[in-house]
Amino acid sequence: MTGSESAANSPLLTLEGLRKAYPGVVANDNVSFTIRPGEVHALLGENGAGKSTLVKMIYGLVKPDRGEMTLENAPFTPANPAAARAAGVAMVFQHFSLFNALNVAENIALGMDNPPSPRDLSDQITQVSEAYGLPLDPTRIVGDLSAGERQRVEIIRCLLQNPRLLIMDEPTSVLTPQEVEILFHTLRKLTSEGTAILYISHKLEEIRSLCEHATVLRLGQVVDTCDPREKTASELAEMMVGESLHIPTRAKRDLGEVVLHLDGLSLPPSSSFGTSLKDISLELRAGEVLGIGGVAGNGQDELLTALSGEILAPAGAVCLHGNDIGALGPNPRRELGLLTAPEERLGHAAAPDMSLTENALLTGAVRENLTTHGFLKWGSVKDFAEKIIADFDVRTPGPENAARSLSGGNLQKFVIGREILQRPEVLVVNQPTWGVDASAAASIRQALLDLAAGGAAVIVISQDLDELMEISDRFTALNEGRLATPRPAQGLSVEDIGLMMGGAHDMHEAEAST
Amino acid sequence: MIRLEKRPSPSRLWTLTTPILAVIATMIVGGIMFWAMGKDPFETIRTIFWDPLFDETFGPYSRPQLLVKAGPLILIAIGLSLGFRAGIWNIGAEGQYIMGAIVGAGVGLAFYPTESVFLFPAMVIAGAFGGWAWAMIPGVLKVKFGTNEILVSLMLVYVAESILASMAQGLLRNPEGMGFPGSRNFARDFPAASNLEVISGTGMHWGVVAAFIAVIFGYVLLSRHMLGFQVRLTGEAPRAARFSGVKPTRLILFCLGTSGALAGMAGLFEVSGPAGQISIDFGSGYGFTAIIVAFLGRLHPVGILLAGLLMALTYIGGELAQLMLGLPAAAIQLFQGMLLFFLLAMDILSNYRIRLTKKGAV
Amino acid sequence: MDFLSILQIFDSGTRLATPLLFACLAGLFSERAGIFDIGLEAKILVSAFLAAAVATQTGSVWLGLIAGVSASVVFSGIHGLASITFRGNQLISGVALNFLASGLTVLIGQAWFGLGGRTPGLKPAERFLPLELPFAESLSGVPVFGPIYKELISGHTLLVYVGLLMVPLSWFILYRTRFGLRLRAVGENPAAVDTAGISVVKLRYSSMLIAGILCGLAGVYLSTGLGAGFGKEMSAGRGYIALAALIFAKWRPWYALGATFLFGLLEAIANRYQNIDLGGFIVPVQFMQALPYILTVIILAGFIGSAIPPRAGGQPYVKER
Repeated sequence: MTGSESAANSPLLTLEGLRKAYPGVVANDNVSFTIRPGEVHALLGENGAGKSTLVKMIYGLVKPDRGEMTLENAPFTPANPAAARAAGVAMVFQHFSLFNALNVAENIALGMDNPPSPRDLSDQITQVSEAYGLPLDPTRIVGDLSAGERQRVEIIRCLLQNPRLLIMDEPTSVLTPQEVEILFHTLRKLTSEGTAILYISHKLEEIRSLCEHATVLRLGQVVDTCDPREKTASELAEMMVGESLHIPTRAKRDLGEVVLHLDGLSLPPSSSFGTSLKDISLELRAGEVLGIGGVAGNGQDELLTALSGEILAPAGAVCLHGNDIGALGPNPRRELGLLTAPEERLGHAAAPDMSLTENALLTGAVRENLTTHGFLKWGSVKDFAEKIIADFDVRTPGPENAARSLSGGNLQKFVIGREILQRPEVLVVNQPTWGVDASAAASIRQALLDLAAGGAAVIVISQDLDELMEISDRFTALNEGRLATPRPAQGLSVEDIGLMMGGAHDMHEAEAST
Repeated sequence: MIRLEKRPSPSRLWTLTTPILAVIATMIVGGIMFWAMGKDPFETIRTIFWDPLFDETFGPYSRPQLLVKAGPLILIAIGLSLGFRAGIWNIGAEGQYIMGAIVGAGVGLAFYPTESVFLFPAMVIAGAFGGWAWAMIPGVLKVKFGTNEILVSLMLVYVAESILASMAQGLLRNPEGMGFPGSRNFARDFPAASNLEVISGTGMHWGVVAAFIAVIFGYVLLSRHMLGFQVRLTGEAPRAARFSGVKPTRLILFCLGTSGALAGMAGLFEVSGPAGQISIDFGSGYGFTAIIVAFLGRLHPVGILLAGLLMALTYIGGELAQLMLGLPAAAIQLFQGMLLFFLLAMDILSNYRIRLTKKGAV
Repeated sequence: MDFLSILQIFDSGTRLATPLLFACLAGLFSERAGIFDIGLEAKILVSAFLAAAVATQTGSVWLGLIAGVSASVVFSGIHGLASITFRGNQLISGVALNFLASGLTVLIGQAWFGLGGRTPGLKPAERFLPLELPFAESLSGVPVFGPIYKELISGHTLLVYVGLLMVPLSWFILYRTRFGLRLRAVGENPAAVDTAGISVVKLRYSSMLIAGILCGLAGVYLSTGLGAGFGKEMSAGRGYIALAALIFAKWRPWYALGATFLFGLLEAIANRYQNIDLGGFIVPVQFMQALPYILTVIILAGFIGSAIPPRAGGQPYVKER
């Protein structure tokens, strides 16, 4: 008995004084902790706290500058991911590295060091997927799968290698609450078999319900360890952030008249793996913030492009102040006061290699009056860019710098600021705080709330439910291109939200197929 | 170990110096090549790059040729650079050049032997129209069916060459030419339709004037006008361009149409001036060489002006080397290919920082 | 039109399709790995030149074959260097290669043979000659099958049969081997291939090597099988037509066979009917010469609509830190 106890308690992986520095930034410094077999170990921290770099070192993608790792009492220095996998370490990435045009089995074979024959592999996939409650058909093309199903491809790929340590980077960010339950069930089954899990997240409730140990990182260093089950979410948040956040506050206001009206908006998918919009209707009032939740890839991008005017809508489907604007392109819509900020900052909302001045011109030309007869008033453009930088605290040496040189949070502040400064009547933003550090996120939320307080109508499309609960007057969700009926945000339960988001995808598909 | 690190923004310094480095590298490798062929490398390089301008015997003859050769190259390259900036790859300017020459010359020959002063301007417009229409084929196909404009514009070069051969032997053949292929000679027989030197003895014909105007037009468009901004934006980030309100189909047609019209004009100026007549071998590859000019000039109007002059120099120098040293004409084509290649390879310096790191210490 | 002339057109179409097929498969490997290669034309040209030049110098077509293929592989290597290692614009690299090939072949040809860029005509030993398949003569009496066997199937050079064999071979490599799976993946999502611990650079260079060999065979066949010697610019846009056929074939080996055969057939028809008399109006010979190019444009525009190229095609891969 004592023997097996000690075996269970002898560490699986020990990290000792790890350090990794990049030019200009120390990503990790003196990081030490221990993971035991069969435990779920949380790695907690804000964006930029150094979680990603740390797990990349464990997975052999990055070599530490200093420090040691020990796996099962032997020195562990993986030269590359293949070596890490051979030693029993597997990883599920936050952004899936999958091939849309290939099928599930081909995708899995690509990630394996010694894939079996295609037929054997299919059998194994079916076997594992049944054993761990992760339904998946090996012959389906990955491009047609939902985000949750894609994650299963990654997980099954890892499980086929019988890992002793499974690293999961923000696994639930793309899942509905019901899918999260399925995942947790799988993870608990794995730990009961002795597999250790290193679980990276900033979702505190999840960590409290799943993990037994937590290591908290801040600015690259371990600042605390705890048993998250014994802490409250706000205690964990405090450990993570280290300073109290500026929580946006909103004054109660009366809502104005309907400004934006969508009536039965349906659009075919714009690309072969895109989502179609199906019969979307909503009314948006002046001064209101409408939160639209939902798992990524359920039509968020498509809804934004339909509103921005990049994709034109059928007659009568999109009305602003009662006028049909479905046939108008982006600039006429801007002229009428409908502004948008897309999710993808580099390449959609901004041109990466162009200067901030040029990026200010990108959407500002019409409302800020930056041209005469098509000729550019570069002086005014530069002034506008400088105003955005000053008003929204964009950290950059100056407007002549390329958009690509800004950090995610700063560029996002620039993008949101660019639209807000144009005094929109309706502003639609998609994932306004995705990949943005906490203080920038808070200031972006505050700016959106201020805008609404000033009488504009705001639609916030986001995957971050906490964020939506915090700033929305009403809440709704996109699921496979359909929009649920908006409901007042106050008093919604997690179950309500989950149902609006469409529940687990398999249940939904089972319904659809019968 | 050498590691590449992407620069936050492309280096201005390197963007300006890489073309010069590429020219030097081409001279070195070209020199080695000439040496391997049994020629004196220094003499050959001097013959190509120096003598046409400064030699006492040849200079007076070849200096005006510089503008004559540079004119069409610059005119075509300015048009191409718009499309290349927007990610629209018109590789078939040679075909548009030929078609412009045929249509423009056709209009001129139709009015033989008028002496009206309006004829030549009408021919210029017709030439531009011919090139524009030929470029609209890949343009419309791309817009309507998503057809690859690279391949279509290239295929149409072969078609244009066939049409040229057919015209030179058929419809446009000189009725007084005793059955030889080729049209009437504009310069000799048809002054009203001929592209004369604006300032005698300089090589400055109307096509060169048009090329200079095109440089200014290109400069103003790209740096001062919304349309030029949209062209650049489309090339940098197509999605952002659409978000910004650019209509992709219009932009494609604009870029292809402009480059086609300028190439067509270049063809007309050439056929009515330096070449003198429509003939089977009229297509001299200017349309392809202009691609090199556009890239060597960094797709910037002023750069294109300089690159056009340099490339013209290699043409003249090549002819001189052919005459003096018995170097085959094809050597120049090789030279131009190498230049483009070195430029491409050196581009990495403007977009990446090269860092030397000790192996294994990453 | 009688049965025999149809057979003859098909026979000639098969021969004309062979260089296209080799080049198309070369483009297939290259583009499937994410490298757009307009320099196929250049590779065909240098290979055709060197194969003929070496064959006539040494008297051995096999040495010619080795020389031609090597030249093409070297050009492939340069394209790889520019577009993989130096991350340059692949289209421009291809254009540069085409310039190099046009200049180089004429320059060296002139220096060696002094025939204005041509090589001397090849003697039989310096060429790939038609192979008579067994029983072609004795079976020729059998109705329908006999003539088909004799005229169409038998009597081609070795390289034609090699070309046909390349189709199933390419299919097998792409769809039944691990290398092929990785090659398809790298043209789709190189970042993910990299994450899986597979070298993107190595895969892309291997695809360039394969493309070089296949394109080399196209060139060798052109000057030593189809023709008997090299002529200036003898590739005549075949590299571009092969790329068009590749799009038409939706980047698949068996479709590539069909597409290139179609293009070969068009060329055969254009060659056979140089002067068509439409009731007094004689279609100019130039029109028939331009016809294959015109039809290529029409086929590209009309039938392709939904062809989806490999997603990462034309993009240099930049490893993220």
